[in-house]
Amino acid sequence: MSLKQSTGQKITITIVAWVIGLLLFFPILWTAIAAFKTESDAYTLPQNFLTTPWTLENFGIVQERSDYVLYIRNTVIIAGLSTLLGLVFAVPAAWSMAFAPQSKPTNNWSGYTWLAIIFGSGGLAALILYFMGWHPTNFLVGIILLLMFVVPVSAWVWTRATKDTLLWMLSTKMMPPAGALISIYLLFNRNGLIYKDWGWIDLSDYNLVDSFWGMVPLVMLLNLPIIIWMLYTYFKELPVEILEAARMDGASLWNELTQVLTPMAMPGIASTCLLNLILAWNEAFWSLNLTNKFAAPLSFFISEYSSPEGQFWAKLSAASIMAIVPILIVGWFSQKQLVRGLTFGAVK
Amino acid sequence: MATNQSRAIGKWALAPSLIVLSAWAFVPLALTIYFAFLRYNLQDPDNTSWFGLSNFYYFLSDPYFTKDFINTILLVGSTIILTIAGGVGLAILLDQPFWGRGIVRLLMISPFFIMPTVSSLVWKNLIMHPVFGLFAGIQRFFGSTEPIDWFGHYPLISVIIIVTWQWLPYATLILLTAMQSLDGEQKDAAAMDGAPPLSYFRYIILPHLSRPITVVILIETIFLLNIFAEIKVTSVGGFAGNLTYLVFSQLNDANDVGAAAAGGIIAVILANIVSYFLVRIVGKNLES
Amino acid sequence: MGTIQLKKVRKAFGETVIIPGADLDIKHGEFIVFVGPSGCGKSTLLRMIAGLEDLTSGEILIDGKDCSDAAPASRGLSMVFQSYALYPHMSVRNNIAFGLKMAGETPEQIAPKVAKAAETLNLTEYLDRKPGQLSGGQRQRVAIGRAIVRNPSGFLFDEPLSNLDAALRVNMRIFIMQLHKDLGATMVYVTHDQVEAMTMADRIVVLNRGNIEQVGSPLELYNRPNSKFVAGFIGSPKMNFIEGSIAAKHKAKTIGVRPEHIDIVSGKGEWQGKILLTEHLGSDSFLHIDTEGAGRLVVRAPGEFSGKPGDNISLKPDITRIHKFDDKDLSIR
Repeated sequence: MSLKQSTGQKITITIVAWVIGLLLFFPILWTAIAAFKTESDAYTLPQNFLTTPWTLENFGIVQERSDYVLYIRNTVIIAGLSTLLGLVFAVPAAWSMAFAPQSKPTNNWSGYTWLAIIFGSGGLAALILYFMGWHPTNFLVGIILLLMFVVPVSAWVWTRATKDTLLWMLSTKMMPPAGALISIYLLFNRNGLIYKDWGWIDLSDYNLVDSFWGMVPLVMLLNLPIIIWMLYTYFKELPVEILEAARMDGASLWNELTQVLTPMAMPGIASTCLLNLILAWNEAFWSLNLTNKFAAPLSFFISEYSSPEGQFWAKLSAASIMAIVPILIVGWFSQKQLVRGLTFGAVK
Repeated sequence: MATNQSRAIGKWALAPSLIVLSAWAFVPLALTIYFAFLRYNLQDPDNTSWFGLSNFYYFLSDPYFTKDFINTILLVGSTIILTIAGGVGLAILLDQPFWGRGIVRLLMISPFFIMPTVSSLVWKNLIMHPVFGLFAGIQRFFGSTEPIDWFGHYPLISVIIIVTWQWLPYATLILLTAMQSLDGEQKDAAAMDGAPPLSYFRYIILPHLSRPITVVILIETIFLLNIFAEIKVTSVGGFAGNLTYLVFSQLNDANDVGAAAAGGIIAVILANIVSYFLVRIVGKNLES
Repeated sequence: MGTIQLKKVRKAFGETVIIPGADLDIKHGEFIVFVGPSGCGKSTLLRMIAGLEDLTSGEILIDGKDCSDAAPASRGLSMVFQSYALYPHMSVRNNIAFGLKMAGETPEQIAPKVAKAAETLNLTEYLDRKPGQLSGGQRQRVAIGRAIVRNPSGFLFDEPLSNLDAALRVNMRIFIMQLHKDLGATMVYVTHDQVEAMTMADRIVVLNRGNIEQVGSPLELYNRPNSKFVAGFIGSPKMNFIEGSIAAKHKAKTIGVRPEHIDIVSGKGEWQGKILLTEHLGSDSFLHIDTEGAGRLVVRAPGEFSGKPGDNISLKPDITRIHKFDDKDLSIR
């Protein structure tokens, strides 16, 4: 607005801004205060700050009762490993889209041809399945029928021009987890679709539910579109000539990526990791549904406090603070990364 | 720059991600489609058979379906409107210089980083609780004897409050960043032209923000359609559930895989319709 | 060793044709300069030789082998980029050594080569610095060092001096020419500056909108330009072009005569006019004159010329140095 403000205006704005800021922050502040009180004091209103006996007992009780250390360890493992795994996939992918883009689809079939192929193939698979009584007679048949649907659709994706591929990746993030929940659950679960006694091999001792082998790839896949998009926008800002010089110097793709691109793009890669860490840390849908104890992260840990058992406000507050503080601090330092990552680079 | 050779290598570099994302997008989808036509209840697994469209019919005619569908729209719609209106206001406020601006900014963005599970429990039990909560305390301070039972009587509004509180910082941050990229010279020119604040807002700030607002709407829609933790953890699924929760409850409470799958497919179709339009709009904006 | 042949090389992006078809024979050890206005395709042609751009059709042969589809590194060429393109996170030493490392040489093999290149380029004391800590000229030398150390059969320069200030540019020009003499390697050099082209080249390739207008030695292009474009591009200040009745008298649509080939005479000359502007360079003066009938001309005068704007002046062109052009803008000889 106008560049010169009267001191009066500045004071008003300062007051208004601080009031709003404190109001928005208040629930967090309130929780933090309650965490340090004894249970009986936590919910008395009005609060008497001067005479309240401050205590750290809640934190100890929470650790004892639900082993906070275990959960934070799990969260760090899931968030950290899924980020690293994501980079392994995303760096080459973003490189290819930023520096070797496909400007036209690699094949010329019209949209209708593709639609016909996909519906034809998928429909045929469904028809075959129907005649089998909607139960594939054995595992191999099931896989073949599955592929009859998945392969044509994937082929369509494979042949798109780069900018369409990027938008398609964006759209996979829009997939309602509701739609995938049952399938993932049955794919992961013991005695579900995969991990059962097949006769010739007994897999029923294994399962991916409540395990890192399941959660880490899953969380990585959830955020992979964002990681690729973010790296793509950072890579596009790098000077192409340096990579061309590397090519003239005889660098293979592996060398180009590891010795030239990654070191140059380090700030961008770090920012992407930061954002991904935050998203993975706060992920709730899959954590609540697929974990129970062994791989359960902090989202799950907190949900254990959702059913009231007697007086638990102070403990809830302590548990909450323990769950949110690490990522809150990380978040304070990640504002720029957040803006770039969660607007797919549209706002910088 | 991009030679045939480098593009060929690029295909191989992109392949792992494409394979993995395609598998993630299409395999569960295929299975869900399969289950949607199957009568399969986990409590009665031996009685599985072809069920035609019955699952869909059952899911759509469920009394909760219409309610949850409307809830979904209300939840997403009101949150978007509130966060953008609030976001624009806060962005303008934070764009002004004042004392302690950096700290106020940190305070305002904090809610976004709080885990949904934590925010839900904090709001439900510490703030909105009709006996021990802060709101109740404030009402009693003003003499009321019947504090509002937020989650009891107004579950949807309570959820909307929580979600808006969480996403307002996101909208604010994005819009603030966009505002700060508003060319300083434009501001100076407007000042020289003597533009009154309201016109300045309407003719300079709003158009400049139109593109970030579109992106904010897109991103928020992606995430808000799939809100889950806030509803489950506060146990208001029966009253203020959304489609995601309905699918979940078919699986969790009724153990009905078929119905849950049909619900999932319906959710996917709806999401695709929404995303088709949104991606077209945003795709143009992202063309740079 | 180091011969490059272009056969009907064509480059198009869909409907837009950048280079309709180029044929060129670069001999071993030659210093050849691609010159032309912005957008004429000279950089594109260079990048196609380097392997950084695909050919839409045609062939590029390096040392007799068809390299049209070969990877950049396997063509035996080194390139010096306009923006130097140094690896920002590596020291000067590692920048120079990178190509050798990629070729699989051991540290023992690499070290002496790097040391020698650094010595040639006066970079020995900077070997452990990073590019960010160097000046423009130093970075340029590192880029050249990186190119030399691989012992290529040919060097490609993409407007390497454009980002340097005037004084440095002159020094680097001489440096590169000396380097050419010492190494004896083929060098393909792209520039938009015709002074660089004239001073450095064995042969010059003049490009206009993707077409090779003329290939020849600097003096050939200066004395016998094939077209009005080449005549106007080579030589500074630009050649004067006169159309109309005066050109018709010489049986051409346009005639051209260079500023340095018009004499100032006392008394009555062929063209009379009034001085509009004078540019004094010390060694020469360039006068802008408004003549009757021949339009506005630029004429070179000795440095001590004392005429002022507004003075009347008589001019006489050197008949043997008048170039004639037909209605297709090609030279009539």
